[in-house]
Amino acid sequence: MSLQLNCPNCGVRPVWEFHYGGPLKSRPTQDASAEAWTSYIYHKPNPRGDQKEWWYHRSACKLWFLAERNTQSNNVHTTQRFGAEESK
Amino acid sequence: MPASRMWRDHELKESYDVVIIGGGVHGLATAYYLTKLGVKNIAILEAKYIGFGGSGRNTAIIRSNYRTPEGIAFYDHSVKLYEQLALDLDFNVMFSQHGHLTLAHNERGVTGLRERAHTNQLMGIDSRLIQPREIQELCPMMNVFGPQRYPIQAALYHPPGGIIRHDAVVWAYARGADRGGAHVHQLTEVNDIETPNGAVSAVVTNRGRIKTGIVLNATAGYASTICDMVNIPLALETHPLQAFVSEALKPWLHHVIVSSTLHIYISQSDRGELVSGAEVDDYLSYSLRGTLAFAEGGATHLLELFPFLANVKMLRQWAGLCDMTPDYSPIMGPVDEIKGFYITVGWGTYGFKAGPASGHLMAQCIQSGKTPKMLEPFLNSRFLRDQLVGEKAAASVSH
Ligand SMILES: Cc1cc2nc3c(=O)[nH]c(=O)nc-3n(C[C@H](O)[C@H](O)[C@H](O)COP(=O)(O)OP(=O)(O)OC[C@H]3O[C@@H](n4cnc5c(N)ncnc54)[C@H](O)[C@@H]3O)c2cc1C
Repeated sequence: MSLQLNCPNCGVRPVWEFHYGGPLKSRPTQDASAEAWTSYIYHKPNPRGDQKEWWYHRSACKLWFLAERNTQSNNVHTTQRFGAEESK
Repeated sequence: MPASRMWRDHELKESYDVVIIGGGVHGLATAYYLTKLGVKNIAILEAKYIGFGGSGRNTAIIRSNYRTPEGIAFYDHSVKLYEQLALDLDFNVMFSQHGHLTLAHNERGVTGLRERAHTNQLMGIDSRLIQPREIQELCPMMNVFGPQRYPIQAALYHPPGGIIRHDAVVWAYARGADRGGAHVHQLTEVNDIETPNGAVSAVVTNRGRIKTGIVLNATAGYASTICDMVNIPLALETHPLQAFVSEALKPWLHHVIVSSTLHIYISQSDRGELVSGAEVDDYLSYSLRGTLAFAEGGATHLLELFPFLANVKMLRQWAGLCDMTPDYSPIMGPVDEIKGFYITVGWGTYGFKAGPASGHLMAQCIQSGKTPKMLEPFLNSRFLRDQLVGEKAAASVSH
């Protein structure tokens, strides 16, 4: 299913204006093990359900922001600026 | 589908020696080759119906002109098994090796194809770079010399490449596995896998619990949902891949044509329909709905190569789920963390052609407990070792 995202700057736009940036992950510390870094780089949670993820508004304002989306229905529950309150 | 004549229905047994999750080409081929090795007490568990997944949704391109020596050797093994498959399974799988052309529209593209041609030739694969004049001879209907936004500069020509009847392959493997003694269970969904003490002991399904020491995850786009049950993280993400077919035309296209620059590939089926697709949708999703953006984009790009198709009607479009790895290579073999748990996943947009080779090698792997040499580059541990098998250049648009 195609979907629309509510860009915190530009409002609701079709998905092809955006670039999907993958799941929100927390970065290992500098002294973390090689396994932890490998996992950070390669492993994906890939849930069939809700995921918090990065999007980039490639064709317009160039903002990187976060969305919470259901990967089965493609319903976008919320979008927000990184570190900000939810905007929808 | 004449299910009752092709394979039988069974009650779930209390235990099986091997449980295969996923009734696509990979699960079924593995079951078939296991029965040939004498392992017969096998269950194939399929949540929906045989061929529900990518194996019933793909565009059936088969080829071995990959980029890496590891990939080329592996896919070549598969093409050779496909060449014998109709005989082996006593079923017409309609394998048509009518040739495969990958177009380059810029200097970098030509260099990439030249590298592939050389590596292919060193590995004994029939594959070479050809110039626009020869492309036009092979495909007179293509806009090779006319006005084009991205003029065609060269092509990688792979004569043994072609297309097959994908449903026939899947049904024939299911029948072969059934005849060999395996149980094909449709409408049987795996909900949990029990692994006390780090070894597989049982599988829980909607039809009951099955004791087993060996489980194979062959669920492609759904691979993560199975591996989550045993806490094995995977280096893959599920993306939809779409395709469409046109109304049937008289035969005029006698090759598979691929262009990464134009994001399009096309072939003509034995029924006369044009079969066409592109790259995966670029975001994670388990949704099977098609999009208008894809239909529009596909049609636009197709018209650059074949302007005369402007009035041809699109008949239908659909989507399937692809388990995309970072290096566009599969993940096969046992996993280090759990005894008896095997995977054949990461088949992305290119896994149908690999069914016979992966089934053949995974069966050896499971039966002997040893990883065949040809599988070693594709083990799950390659990510920890940082030894990827980079096939993106050869597999992102050309499936
Ligand atoms: C549009 C499209 C075009 C493609 N074109 C090509 C091509 O030209 N050439 C090529 O080589 N490849 C192509 N592919 C890729 C190819 O289709 C796949 O890589 C391949 O079919 C995967 O086969 P599989 O047996 O691993 O999985 P699938 O055929 O996807 O089967 C997996 C099965 O697992 C089942 N399952 C999932 N969860 C459970 C559960 N919990 N319990 C029980 N069963 C479960 C599903 O119902 C499904 O039937 C294409 C794919 C698509 C979508």
